[in-house]
Amino acid sequence: MNIHEYQAKELFGQYQIPVPKGVMVESIAEAENAVKTNPLFQGSNGQVFAVKAQIHAGGRGKAGGVKITKEVHKIPEIVGSLLGKILVTHQTGPEGRQVGKVWIEEGSRIEKEFYLGMVVDRNSRRVTLIASTEGGMEIEEVAQKHPERIFHLSVDPCEGYSAHIGRRLFYFLGLPAETQSAFVKMVGDLVRFFHEKDASMVEINPLVLTAEKTLIALDAKVGFDDNAIYRQPITKVLRDLAEENPLEIEASKYNLNYVKLDGNIACMVNGAGLAMATMDVIALAGGSPANFLDVGGGASKDTVEQAFRLILSDPHVKGIFVNIFGGIVRCERIAGGIIAAAQDVKISVPLVVRLQGTNAAEGREMLRTSGLDIEVAEELFEGAEKVVLAVKKGGK
Amino acid sequence: MSILVDRSTKVIVQGITGKEGSYHAGACRDYGTHVVGGVTPGKGGTTHEGFPVWNSVHDAVEAEDPDVSLIFVPPAFAADAVLESIAAEIPLIVCITEGIPVLDMVRVRRLLDAKNDEGSVIRLIGPNCPGIITPDGAKIGIMPGYIHKRGKVGVVSRSGTLTYEAVWQLTQLGLGESTCVGIGGDPVRGLNFIDVLALFENDPETEAVVMIGEIGGEDEEKAAAFAKCHMKKPVIGFIAGQTAPPGRRMGHAGAIVSGGQGTAKDKMKTLEGMGVTVVENPSMIGQTVLDVLKRS
Repeated sequence: MNIHEYQAKELFGQYQIPVPKGVMVESIAEAENAVKTNPLFQGSNGQVFAVKAQIHAGGRGKAGGVKITKEVHKIPEIVGSLLGKILVTHQTGPEGRQVGKVWIEEGSRIEKEFYLGMVVDRNSRRVTLIASTEGGMEIEEVAQKHPERIFHLSVDPCEGYSAHIGRRLFYFLGLPAETQSAFVKMVGDLVRFFHEKDASMVEINPLVLTAEKTLIALDAKVGFDDNAIYRQPITKVLRDLAEENPLEIEASKYNLNYVKLDGNIACMVNGAGLAMATMDVIALAGGSPANFLDVGGGASKDTVEQAFRLILSDPHVKGIFVNIFGGIVRCERIAGGIIAAAQDVKISVPLVVRLQGTNAAEGREMLRTSGLDIEVAEELFEGAEKVVLAVKKGGK
Repeated sequence: MSILVDRSTKVIVQGITGKEGSYHAGACRDYGTHVVGGVTPGKGGTTHEGFPVWNSVHDAVEAEDPDVSLIFVPPAFAADAVLESIAAEIPLIVCITEGIPVLDMVRVRRLLDAKNDEGSVIRLIGPNCPGIITPDGAKIGIMPGYIHKRGKVGVVSRSGTLTYEAVWQLTQLGLGESTCVGIGGDPVRGLNFIDVLALFENDPETEAVVMIGEIGGEDEEKAAAFAKCHMKKPVIGFIAGQTAPPGRRMGHAGAIVSGGQGTAKDKMKTLEGMGVTVVENPSMIGQTVLDVLKRS
């Protein structure tokens, strides 16, 4: 789960990690009010402010989502120009994200920009700190062009953080001596934050060395481990549903694992690996998958019914491929669930069901004799070809 | 022969009185697995569905000295359950639980490695996996037993139902499986592809290995490099997620392409370069194994 920059900065503040002072607004009126009443803007002669669109994606600056101004009275107008705007960055996809929140913060006098991040590294199986002298750039780009400018250091989960870890990063970055104790403390605070809040990813890019020789997190990005949300009540407060796909929100209510894609052939599968493989097979057969959908092992009538409703609320869907491998739950029961669900939900597009596994022949026979317009398949690729063909024919 | 488990393997089930634990303890017993009982704190001394129940893994070890602990404990308590089995030095721990916080697994894996560095030999399979099965020997997990047939192909996979799909094809073609190991879909886990490939290489019954990977991480690439240097037996690989968009978690916590790393395309290319026979179409896994075995 991801959060906004302003939320990440608030959390950092609670951990004494230095961040610029600022205010979040959701309307021009709020911006006008802030400019009038917030001490941040009072007597700020020539002070620079950054007005930053809040969306869960990087690359906002290039997409025109970050504005700099010295004129406090113009801030509400700038806020107005950002609110409602659709930002398209390399992380949003072509449809972009609409801006609903804007963060206004005091500017900093930047001397040099650095990068500081933390992830759970699956190779070392540890929490790993990442530091780079190339701040303000995409870290993936730095990794490709100048891998020697990135330094990785993992934290032993049994030993925890110790100042020597911070000092190694400090010397690698070549920061001035007067910032050493602040930097070492800041890395420690960040490690503490990461563990206490079950973060999965933290990124400060850029971490700025100011002209006054202080350090400040000019940007902040935080992701949380979805598996740990149950023990991090704060994630409930921080979740911004406006940043999520409405179909995915609906799916999560029914414990369905759904990811919306760009194609027109919906699939419904039991198990994540098989669901991915089913998408792949649709593509191999010449089609384009509309979604990833794992309905779990059981595939009961209720689950299948919810899944059908979900799939059909995507207007791009022109065909459905149900691929179930009946293991513990036998195929007749699954077939019964599919038939009952298909009767309740009006399915307006071609439906192909591939059943395999325990008592598959009986299950397929039930589908064939159900009187419903269901095309039945035995093999995975056969099912994919059938649905692709049906969609090409233009459906019913 | 087979790897890790066979008919003589003694199994306890942690969380045996829970819904999942109870059902699958029975299903494993029905398959012929030697399930000797289970552990649920607070229910020690009772009997559940014919299984003796102990309060702790320690007590179970004193009573039965099991070879395997199969874990069905809910995510919030699963790390502790694994650590309890590690402390009791159970040689093989199979953790089915899905949804364990990754930082819990970071700690578990660190403590497991430390224990093994001191000279213990404790293996962890999972978490977030279907378990392990040696057909006609022992089923220790949630996979449907009947789709398996004892044979000559070793299977190792990060996925559940996709593994069943591959196993089904192997069974239908009469090849059968020596042992199938689901290593799980989480980013931090116990046994990895490499560990299982090494075991299959040394198993006389296994003639070829099917490796089912997916997007995210570099474990498949490392496994392919291992196979190139250390294996004589052919490896047939499939990577799920060729159509997965970057930056999105596809069901499994570990199935995510991040920063352009871990795409199916890159993985398939690397695997091929290392001499692994890569299957593009998952319907063709079994047939490809058959072709490879005919050639060799």
